[in-house]
Amino acid sequence: MTDNGRGEIETRSEISLRVNDVDYRVAVDNRRTLLDAVRDDLGLTGTKKGCDHGQCGACTVLLGGRRVLSCLTLAVAAEGAAVTTVEGLAGDGELRPIQEAFVRLDGFQCGFCTPGQLCSAVGMLAEHAAGWPSAVTRDGSPERTPELTEEEIRERMSGNLCRCSAYPSIVRAILEASAREAVAG
Amino acid sequence: MREFAYRRTSRIDEALHLVARHEGARFLAGGTNLVDLMKAGVESPARLVDIRSLTLDEIGETPDGGLVLGATATNSAVAADPRVRGRYPALSQAILLGASGQLRNMATVGGNLLQRTRCAYFTDTSEPCNRRVPGSGCPAIDGAHHNHAILGWTRHCVATHPSDMAVPLIAFDAVVRYEALDGPGAIPLSEFYLPVGDRPDRETALPDGALITAVTVPAVKAAGRSRYRKVRERASYAFATVSVAAALDVRDGVVQDVRLALGGVASRPWRARLAESALRGGPLTAERISAAADVELAAAEPLRDNAYKVTLARNLIEAVVTELAADTGEESNG
Repeated sequence: MTDNGRGEIETRSEISLRVNDVDYRVAVDNRRTLLDAVRDDLGLTGTKKGCDHGQCGACTVLLGGRRVLSCLTLAVAAEGAAVTTVEGLAGDGELRPIQEAFVRLDGFQCGFCTPGQLCSAVGMLAEHAAGWPSAVTRDGSPERTPELTEEEIRERMSGNLCRCSAYPSIVRAILEASAREAVAG
Repeated sequence: MREFAYRRTSRIDEALHLVARHEGARFLAGGTNLVDLMKAGVESPARLVDIRSLTLDEIGETPDGGLVLGATATNSAVAADPRVRGRYPALSQAILLGASGQLRNMATVGGNLLQRTRCAYFTDTSEPCNRRVPGSGCPAIDGAHHNHAILGWTRHCVATHPSDMAVPLIAFDAVVRYEALDGPGAIPLSEFYLPVGDRPDRETALPDGALITAVTVPAVKAAGRSRYRKVRERASYAFATVSVAAALDVRDGVVQDVRLALGGVASRPWRARLAESALRGGPLTAERISAAADVELAAAEPLRDNAYKVTLARNLIEAVVTELAADTGEESNG
């Protein structure tokens, strides 16, 4: 909170974070990003810090089911929302369809951007299922869900950079897994 | 980053008081620009008042057939809204051509309008910048400025406004609604951004401490057939070098209404009123479209390395108006 009763400004907060269906209670400096909080305070280091400026997508997590950048989200501002990191994508020892497809179809080389790619893909497929258009959606009908083509996937995933340039395999993996993800979703 | 206090509130009056009562307090919504600028040391608020718990995220109807876009509605929500897509397609397209899926899920209507320039000198605190430190100078005028302004700039600042969303909004006569401690107010978007003048640090006409609550877009018949086209240095996820929002209503070969606005050319979204006037009330011929683009860009003052933007803006206006004419079945003849 803010004033501590002595007229001083309180710049730390004790917050509850719900990450991958687990509740955590942590005291954070208000400057702490959600990215640093999940990695350093909660020990969930699957989420990666790439640029730390919202330009690369490596830190993508799901917040209330929607993909966001954890490097530009303050931890205090994430209190009360359900956070899903890459550690929360798989169920009981079973890879999720999108994860299995990334492994089988070589959707990565070094793997650093992969947690962000996976979280972004899950969020993107949910957006597509909800009928959201993209910049390359041609059919102007607001009622119809656009077909998920390779062009659509490339545009919708443009916020996730891969310096190894595994893009063709990433697009294939997402396209291939999309039908099974919809069932798993 | 400077330390700051954080408060979240679900009441507008409390949010206004929290900001008014504390020096250096700022509203926080999506944070996509503000948090990044705080990391860079460009912004250093002493207190953030988180406004996302205010119920300002609705997209609704106005009595005249227009839309109200709540200030904290996400860019994604606005772009996907069937009413926006149906009545103002250029607005949906502009948003979808900006940023990335993740950023659009975070960024809000109000924050989009208030985002700061991406001029590299503005974000580099080791450089002078009149917008960041008034009176310190503008290194872009003689420096790296290939993506800077061609219209409306002064020797005090040549930066551009980065928003895509604001370009169709200004073409459609959108109005910014706000709440302040002394009551609500409204500013047409065309008057929202202040001319650069000699104080580029003063960016908007929004009163100190006021909170944007919504943007209203009036019913615009021409907007139903509108288009946004953006040229940028990569195919996706990049700011505009030049963009254009256009809307056209042609009947019986005569232009009843036309809306044109440019992005990436000035410190604010640039409503091309001279070009609109040149086209309105007459037939839509290739010569007239070309002449309209010329009359708008006659005032352009390119810098050493951005004269290409004048040609690009001209070509974009011609291309998009011609495409819209073809869409409406009113081919430009000649």
